[in-house]
Amino acid sequence: MAACRWELLPHGADIGVRGVGRTKAEAFEQAAVALTAVITEPASVSPHECVEISCAADDDELLLVNWLNALVYEMATRKMLFGRYEVRIEGSQLFGKAWGEAIDENRHELGVEVKGATCTELKVARDPDGGWTAQCVVDV
Amino acid sequence: MELSRLQRRSDNEWWIAPHGKMRVPAVIFATEPLIRDMDEKVYEQVTNVATLPGIVKASYAMPDAHWGYGFPIGGVAAFDADKDGVISAGGVGFDISCGVRTLLTGLTLADIQPVKDKLADLLFRKIPAGVGSRGQLSLNEKEMHSMLTGGAQWAVKRGYGAAADLQRVEENGCIPGARPDEVSDRAKKRQREEMGTLGSGNHYLEVQHVAKLVDLDIAAAFGLFQGDIVLSIHCGSRGLGHQIGTEFLTRMVAAASQHGIELPDRELACAPIHSPVGEAYLGAMRGAINCALANRQIITHLVREAFKEIFPRSELPLLYDVSHNTCKIEEHAVAGKKMRLFVHRKGATRAFGPGHEAVPEPLRAVGQPVLIGGTMGTASYVLAGTNQGMDLAFGSACHGAGRSMSRHQALRQWRGSEVVQNLANRGVLIRSRSLRGVAEEAPGAYKDVSAVVEAADHAGLARTVARLEPVICVKG
Repeated sequence: MAACRWELLPHGADIGVRGVGRTKAEAFEQAAVALTAVITEPASVSPHECVEISCAADDDELLLVNWLNALVYEMATRKMLFGRYEVRIEGSQLFGKAWGEAIDENRHELGVEVKGATCTELKVARDPDGGWTAQCVVDV
Repeated sequence: MELSRLQRRSDNEWWIAPHGKMRVPAVIFATEPLIRDMDEKVYEQVTNVATLPGIVKASYAMPDAHWGYGFPIGGVAAFDADKDGVISAGGVGFDISCGVRTLLTGLTLADIQPVKDKLADLLFRKIPAGVGSRGQLSLNEKEMHSMLTGGAQWAVKRGYGAAADLQRVEENGCIPGARPDEVSDRAKKRQREEMGTLGSGNHYLEVQHVAKLVDLDIAAAFGLFQGDIVLSIHCGSRGLGHQIGTEFLTRMVAAASQHGIELPDRELACAPIHSPVGEAYLGAMRGAINCALANRQIITHLVREAFKEIFPRSELPLLYDVSHNTCKIEEHAVAGKKMRLFVHRKGATRAFGPGHEAVPEPLRAVGQPVLIGGTMGTASYVLAGTNQGMDLAFGSACHGAGRSMSRHQALRQWRGSEVVQNLANRGVLIRSRSLRGVAEEAPGAYKDVSAVVEAADHAGLARTVARLEPVICVKG
């Protein structure tokens, strides 16, 4: 089974985020790191503060959209960046933790703001090797 | 896009006859080279839109069309509420009422040259831009309500700009029917500190010079003369609009299924206009339109303050303010009959022709100004609406160049510092907090805006008036 990883996917006007993990929750964590990578280099974000985030949805795919949108909201309103994530999924409920810090232009090389996660290229599925992939395009 | 699937009606008009579940034809306005370069997804999306209930006449794509969310970006579609017509959050877009506002400065390129650096620094300092930036004012609940219902009119009352600005803004700066109660607390909270901010991505503030006049008479009516300096602002409804778009997308997925609307693509989520979710979205979206108009009005004030520091007698009146992500109620003639329609424009500019009552009096004889944003290295254009365009696509035209390359690819191809240096060598000053953002927005990552504008002009959607070239660009 593949190790946890994240990647950015090319898209015409915007950008896609993909997380791969041994479990669905890990794939969601990695997709969140990819979301950070759209905004800044994830490794440059220090885990000073922890924010707890929970959300729910009727299916796994909308749960991913809601999870990413919740992160976009928290980062926007707190003027923070998150770099590390922990996710627990119980049925249709997601309980997450995001660690990060206030935006510091001197240390964070900033890319673009994310407006929201979308249903484009949206997929939460089991891979043939038993791992999980969680992905979608985000509007920037 | 594969040409064999299209019927060519003229040099710039291509039809897709109704097939499958399409209720009306799909029409793409573009030259053959633009069509060839167009994403196959545009074909899929423009035909998907044609399947939606209550769609009138056709589903349209403008010359800059590209892969969007449900609707193509550059998509136009009108719906009849009384024929089960729908409203779609994807058909408006996440950045509700994103648009372009152009100000006249009364200055010439020669006036600007000696103080270019100083002006660039001043604009960069005064106008908050980029990830995490905050505006100067923070809105309490009462003021948020007034802003959402009052738009640019509210901003003028608060001391940002002058009453004379309002007649040069679509809907006189305030769209009626906003419902602040339908705007979630999260959307309001996201906006509280973002009034008067530019945002990031493709948003910008640009000092431009009038490089070429194409239609001298209309240009004169617009107040544009060769060598003049103008200033353009491209931004939208910031966090509030994004949050509303995000929330209603999922609400509309559920609503569509409740109302038995078959969605070929989940992103095409919509609700009947006459339904609780449809009406709630209309009220919230109008609040976001007002937010975008207020935002551009506040930025206008900040720009004027910056100019006054260097040119104390400058005034910077508005040429016009257009929104290119909206759904508006408009009256259009369809088969000789006047109809009240809900016109969605996603990445498309309203382009009303001469004589239309929505065009402000001083400009009415020549048609509505259509402001097309280009890239920081090429050009932007001013066009004017035509009467022909009223029949072609409900008085709509293109909105910009459209990307030809993903952000990812652009980052691999260019370094931000090189882009800034190359543009400086050509006399264009870039100011940005994000070199990475500059690389992603490199002019080479976009299609040729001139080809897009030429196609819109030749198709009859709008008439080219002037070409503007960048002098200073502040990027988010």
